[in-house]
Amino acid sequence: MELKKLKARLSTAVRGHKLLKDKSDEMVRRFTVLLREDKRLRDEVEDDLAAALKQFALAGALTPAYVQETAFSMPAARVEADCATESVMGVDVPKIALTQTTSAALPYAFSEITSEADDSVRMVSALLPKLLRLAEIEKAVRLLSYEIERNKRRVNALEYVMIPQLEETIKYIRNKLDENERAAIVRLMKVNGA
Amino acid sequence: MQGKMAVVGSAETIMVFKAAGVEAFPVTDEKSARETLRKVAHDFPVVFLSEEFAEPLKDLLKRFDEGAYPVVLPIPTGKEKGYGEAFLKDSMERALGVDILFQK
Repeated sequence: MELKKLKARLSTAVRGHKLLKDKSDEMVRRFTVLLREDKRLRDEVEDDLAAALKQFALAGALTPAYVQETAFSMPAARVEADCATESVMGVDVPKIALTQTTSAALPYAFSEITSEADDSVRMVSALLPKLLRLAEIEKAVRLLSYEIERNKRRVNALEYVMIPQLEETIKYIRNKLDENERAAIVRLMKVNGA
Repeated sequence: MQGKMAVVGSAETIMVFKAAGVEAFPVTDEKSARETLRKVAHDFPVVFLSEEFAEPLKDLLKRFDEGAYPVVLPIPTGKEKGYGEAFLKDSMERALGVDILFQK
């Protein structure tokens, strides 16, 4: 019967709503943790990178540009990232690990380039794991934020549209059935009384 | 999956990354940045983009947010700060509706 079907749907909707709401709460919690870490890491990276770039600019001032260009155009160090995904509350987020394939040897002769450049290159090399971690977290934060938004929509749709509608329909059908029943009883009483 | 990293930005800022072993793609203006980024994001799972180009390429960056990869990270180049924060704030407000970090 339609009423039975509707009741089943309502209970599913209520259960789904509860589950989604729990999911949303947990996602928000994870999100805030990630967000704080992201902020901290970004501040750190911004400072470090600014220092490294400053150092590099200093180095650039001490050597002619073309010398620098030839020196840096053949990098000796090769870095690779090991890219995987990880699931956070059903959202695939990147998981990146740095795999340095070659040692971070400087790609030029010491006579060509000043030690300022050495330092800046070393600083950037040291910064790479942090940068990757930041990339990973920042992406996760963005992906999660979209997912939270979507999930919120679902929760709201269930809470404010689907469940009230179902309840309304169930109530209507129940009223109608009660009415029918009463009418039948009255009819029977009349028939018997007559 | 093994992947390499790339950096996209103006020539002087990315040179140091090149020395550190990251593939570097110099760009000069917004248009070339857009083209390069599109190409690079196709080939590299991790791309660093210098911040001054991140702002005008917002729409393109948004497209990368559909899957886990490619990861495009706007990096500060020292000239201007704040874009990264704006980026963070954006996702924070989308997800939570309130500001829990900066309180400004």
